[in-house]
Amino acid sequence: MSNQGPKTLFDKIWSEHLVGQREDGTNLLYIDRHLVHEVTSPQAFEGLKLSNRPVHRPEATIAVADHNVPTINRQNIEDPQSKIQVETLAKNTKEHGIQYFDLMDQRQGIVHIIGPEQGITQPGMTIVCGDSHTSTHGAFGALAFGIGTSEVEHVLATQTIVQNPAKNMRISVNGELPFGVNSKDLILYIIGKIGTAGGTGHVIEYAGSSIMGLSMEGRMTICNMSIEAGARAGLISPDQKTFNYIKGRPYAPGTEHWDQAVEYWSSLPSDNDANYDHEIVIDSSEIDPMVTWGTSPEDVVSVKGTVPNPSSAKTENKKKSIERSLEYMGLKPGTKITDIKLDKIFIGSCTNGRIEDLRKVASIVKDKKIASHVQAMIVPGSGLVKKQAEEEGIDIILKDAGFEWREAGCSMCLGMNPDQLKPGERCASTSNRNFEGRQGRGGRTHLMSPELAAASAIIGNISDIRDFT
Amino acid sequence: MDKFHSLKGIAAPLPIVNIDTDMIIPKQFLKTIKRTGLGVSLFYEMRYDNDGNLIKDFVLNTSPFDQSKILVAGDNFGCGSSREHAPWSLKDFGIRSVISTSFADIFYNNCFQNGILPIVVSPENLDHLMTAAKNQIEFTIDLPEQIIKAGNHSINFEIEEFRKERLLQGLDDIGITLGYQDKINAYEEEKKNKKPWLFKKN
Repeated sequence: MSNQGPKTLFDKIWSEHLVGQREDGTNLLYIDRHLVHEVTSPQAFEGLKLSNRPVHRPEATIAVADHNVPTINRQNIEDPQSKIQVETLAKNTKEHGIQYFDLMDQRQGIVHIIGPEQGITQPGMTIVCGDSHTSTHGAFGALAFGIGTSEVEHVLATQTIVQNPAKNMRISVNGELPFGVNSKDLILYIIGKIGTAGGTGHVIEYAGSSIMGLSMEGRMTICNMSIEAGARAGLISPDQKTFNYIKGRPYAPGTEHWDQAVEYWSSLPSDNDANYDHEIVIDSSEIDPMVTWGTSPEDVVSVKGTVPNPSSAKTENKKKSIERSLEYMGLKPGTKITDIKLDKIFIGSCTNGRIEDLRKVASIVKDKKIASHVQAMIVPGSGLVKKQAEEEGIDIILKDAGFEWREAGCSMCLGMNPDQLKPGERCASTSNRNFEGRQGRGGRTHLMSPELAAASAIIGNISDIRDFT
Repeated sequence: MDKFHSLKGIAAPLPIVNIDTDMIIPKQFLKTIKRTGLGVSLFYEMRYDNDGNLIKDFVLNTSPFDQSKILVAGDNFGCGSSREHAPWSLKDFGIRSVISTSFADIFYNNCFQNGILPIVVSPENLDHLMTAAKNQIEFTIDLPEQIIKAGNHSINFEIEEFRKERLLQGLDDIGITLGYQDKINAYEEEKKNKKPWLFKKN
């Protein structure tokens, strides 16, 4: 990448954070903010201890427990291992002087929800976390990516990471989104189009009028699932909407630096004639509400569609993969998606656990009841999302409709806590991964938007929001 | 970190595409605060039934593949979560090299942090190696020469020079970076002036 000529948003953030080159030819990239949670950090802190290394800049790190935490009866974590992990995070952060939002703190929540909510996430930053969905923060024009535990240790010790530049990909989505189609449908459609390895080695910049027309919440949903397309990160150019969202939040720049920050942020969007290694253009009118049928996020189909037939696969590998997925999912080729009967509904996760998502669900299920055979659970992304929803009366609407109203956490997105599917149970989920066993051994996950999940909860089958009244 | 120079042994064939990190090591094993002891839980849901009994026909449960040091797998190996528990569990089982046509970025990186060599080969070569693995032909992986040998096949592979050196010498990455502490401090001083809001304590 040259320093001259037009630059992409990624190029600009990259060069701004380059500390230098090591003798082995690798680049040291400075990390502005490091988010830490209980599952991928204990071994990193242990490593520091063993080599007697301090944390380089404790105030650049913020920690929260989210993966393991119960969503009911939080005072008492029953699983002894989960309990130890949460306690270990509290102990490690205290020892190193790192800010920690504990379980009783209203600011506690899913790490990728609270970053933006607290104003920690800002344009032009580099942000890392030992979690692949760190890509969420790219919605603010921050270069944000998931790292492994050894890298967590590296960042704690040095505030840098060893990286080589990614390739630039731009996905432009243009036009007004059709009725019933929103950010989740958009990103599922994109993953279906480019595949789960389509973005490997790339940072995907999302652009175009459909993307820029989304709310910040909608943009976060898009960037969140960039990792499901194999990308290192997702990025969206910051604009006035971004600045408005950040202003006044606890960790946002204060009035003394606000104008200076906005001026810098305004210089970040990609230059008009910047070069991309890969360009994809999508017309949003071709997108329907989307649902996954299989065990990979690329296994998507329109809610109006049918379960695919393995015999239509282009390669032998793909055929085998479809057969394996269908067997796991207990589905027959040709079945109409809206004929698929559900057992559970999960609304939440770092993909769709924000206030806007909860409002949409409430507006759909208001004065209705969930189907009698369905169990539906709603897990706000953070304590503050929960509080806001309660202030707006959303919790009452949801509870009246038959939803369980839980405390904040990752919950059934990955089922590390007691919220899990039983073998064979089928779930409409607003989360991000439909892998085998993801939500519980033998559990069957259909990824979809909060709107579709809400309509599906009422009908009891996967449902098209466009047919729902 | 453990060094990696060369490796000899049979390879376990796992002809499945998109093997994700949830498959490699399911969530219930992420509650550990240690890096070791995960080998027994590697590929848990494919290896054990609902009652925790070994599923006899799963490749890693059959002799001689239960002693494999090498895994040959389908496209996009290691996709999904960033959990380093995936390479930890592979290594604890005894796997020191994974061969596929492609790897997810974070998993690929995580391997090198743990002395595991992920090797990218072409789809044609993967087919050859998958067959050789099924036939229990001995593999030799030579990192200095960047060659995999399996029966009559000899396949060259690419690897970035710094990654190769780190594996060969078992280097401590953090130790290397701490050698650049002055540069990091100087960077911070410069940015404190340019972007003061990033350094203001809350």
